[in-house]
Amino acid sequence: MKTMRFSEAIDSALAQAMREDPRIILFGEDIPLMRRNLLVRFGPTRVRGTPISESAFLGAGVAAAMAGLRPVVELYMVDFLGVAMDAVLNHAAKVEAFSGGKWTAPVVVRAPCGGGYGDGGQHEQSLWGWLAHIPGLAVVVPSTPADAGGLMLTALQHDSPVIFLEHKLLSESYLEFLGSGGRRTVHYDVPAEGARGPVPGRWKPIPFGKAVLRRQGSHLTLVSVGVGVHRALEAARGLEGEGISAAVLDLRTVAPLDKAALCEAASRTGCLLVIDEDYETFGLSGEIAAVVMEAGVPFRYARVCTQTTIPYARSLEDQALPNVERIRAAAAELLHMEQA
Amino acid sequence: MPMDIWSLYHLMLKSRLFEEAITRLWQDGLISGEMHLGTGEEAILAGVVSQLAPGDAMAVDHRGTAAFLMRGVDPVSLLREMLGREDGLCGGRGGHMHLFSKEHLAASSGIVGAAGPSATGFALASEVLHPGAIAVAFFGEGAINQGMLMESIHLAAEWSLPVLFVCKDDGWAITTQLGPSDHGGLADRVRGLGARYVSVDGLEVEQVWHAAQEAIERARAGKGPTFLHARCVHLEGHFLGLQLLRIARNPLRELPAIAGPLIRSFLSLGGGSLRARLAGLRIVFASNQAVLRDPRRKASNDPLARARNALRTDAARLHALDAHLQEEVSALVAAGLQEAAA
Repeated sequence: MKTMRFSEAIDSALAQAMREDPRIILFGEDIPLMRRNLLVRFGPTRVRGTPISESAFLGAGVAAAMAGLRPVVELYMVDFLGVAMDAVLNHAAKVEAFSGGKWTAPVVVRAPCGGGYGDGGQHEQSLWGWLAHIPGLAVVVPSTPADAGGLMLTALQHDSPVIFLEHKLLSESYLEFLGSGGRRTVHYDVPAEGARGPVPGRWKPIPFGKAVLRRQGSHLTLVSVGVGVHRALEAARGLEGEGISAAVLDLRTVAPLDKAALCEAASRTGCLLVIDEDYETFGLSGEIAAVVMEAGVPFRYARVCTQTTIPYARSLEDQALPNVERIRAAAAELLHMEQA
Repeated sequence: MPMDIWSLYHLMLKSRLFEEAITRLWQDGLISGEMHLGTGEEAILAGVVSQLAPGDAMAVDHRGTAAFLMRGVDPVSLLREMLGREDGLCGGRGGHMHLFSKEHLAASSGIVGAAGPSATGFALASEVLHPGAIAVAFFGEGAINQGMLMESIHLAAEWSLPVLFVCKDDGWAITTQLGPSDHGGLADRVRGLGARYVSVDGLEVEQVWHAAQEAIERARAGKGPTFLHARCVHLEGHFLGLQLLRIARNPLRELPAIAGPLIRSFLSLGGGSLRARLAGLRIVFASNQAVLRDPRRKASNDPLARARNALRTDAARLHALDAHLQEEVSALVAAGLQEAAA
């Protein structure tokens, strides 16, 4: 089977869709460098660089989508969405509701996210919970090249705004651009199955809101997205040695959230441990607890999340982000509580 | 305060040597993530920062190490911050893009353009709490199309705040060159926002110093903000390891990995017309060619070399100063690398 690297898969799905749909155009900062392969295939009308003016080009992307284009607007990092949040919060997400459902903004915002390479707390955030909080936005966080391509295809067909988050530890191009810069002297904990993996010969859309069970297990279910899925899988392999059988559920999209899969996992194993690289409070991890409780499913619950501004120092950063050791300890504690 | 070219040269050389040491530490993998250096903009920084008084504030961009050093922030604590040590300037929590020194009223941001609103707010606080004190914003020309920067220039002008907006213009926004609307129109744009505009050669420290002196005096006297437009060349481009520069410096090593996918994509079935594809290819080549033509290492584009030229008449003093600073920075680096701070 053909394999691809993570960003390569996204660009490949983009190319397939762009070939078939001339409404898809692509723009953002340094796009002539970052998407040069698409630029030389589709030309500068459809693939273009922008000045550093996030609020202008993202806002323009929203309106261009309303007027019939299918723009993919790329940001350097999801952190920089802070500069242009109005376009997403007050415009892209609101058009459909304000127009009584008669008008939508099918814009895809593609943004690298996540930490683990020592760039500091203004450049390594996840923010998917913050974004999924807003009604009207789909928020996608793939963990494998195959999912990344398939979900990008769905994003391009989706009739309302989509935030497509591309974890930098998985992205060969962003990690090289921002993390290593041609050095062979730095090493980051890149999950191999997330960075490169099998992909279909022709991309097919993967539906939003459909989680996938990455690993079977009977004692508890680890729930995550993005790089967290790989940390959970590694922790689950370790837990096996301690006699703990952990399932791993990959949500794939934060919004829509696969409530059915969460409830099913909670009833099957009775225990959910959420691993969320995003901030702990008022986010995805709390939402998962609420959703399962509202459904009346009895379950035990714990979470391993990022609790602070992400520190720059690599050693501190590794502690701040959900790591395998924290996951294993939390799982053991959760099951111990259950037995007590 | 009269200008002293020797002390300006001292600031610039110390900063250059310090950042060259940082480059080696970054290459050795002791500093993670990105690294944006001020090498090439030392004349702009020295010409401005040397005139700041206690109580003046400084808002810098992601490229703030040199400005912090010149402002008098302890170099060892700066170095230890980049090495991620607990006893670094910010406890290892900020890194070079997020440097903060409350005692110096110096704050950084990795968000392009954010120095504008920050300096405006620092200046507002000065006006109320410490009349006579000023605030400086340092940013690149890549930031001038960012709404928040233009808005803060206007706000500072509207309120006649004591701000010096310093645009360190190297003509490149990461890998994008300035567009036609940026080149000619900047003076008009700044004046249209209500601020005073001054243009200087940012490679000439004396020019920068004189322009900054006038702007700072005006600001202290309540005559409002100045936008100081200073051109320079960043010797290492946007950041260390920038792919465009790597290609220019070592094409045989860098190009094969890039050319294969590029050619395959160019030849792929489906997509744009040949004309569109060629136009795309031209854009890709144009940025590489521009970098190749970009004479970053030419001595005439190095503000330090220019300052040295002015001092050559006293060769003995110059050599003594060079040797002294080499020694000083070596000692700083050694102290920075110690396991525990001395």
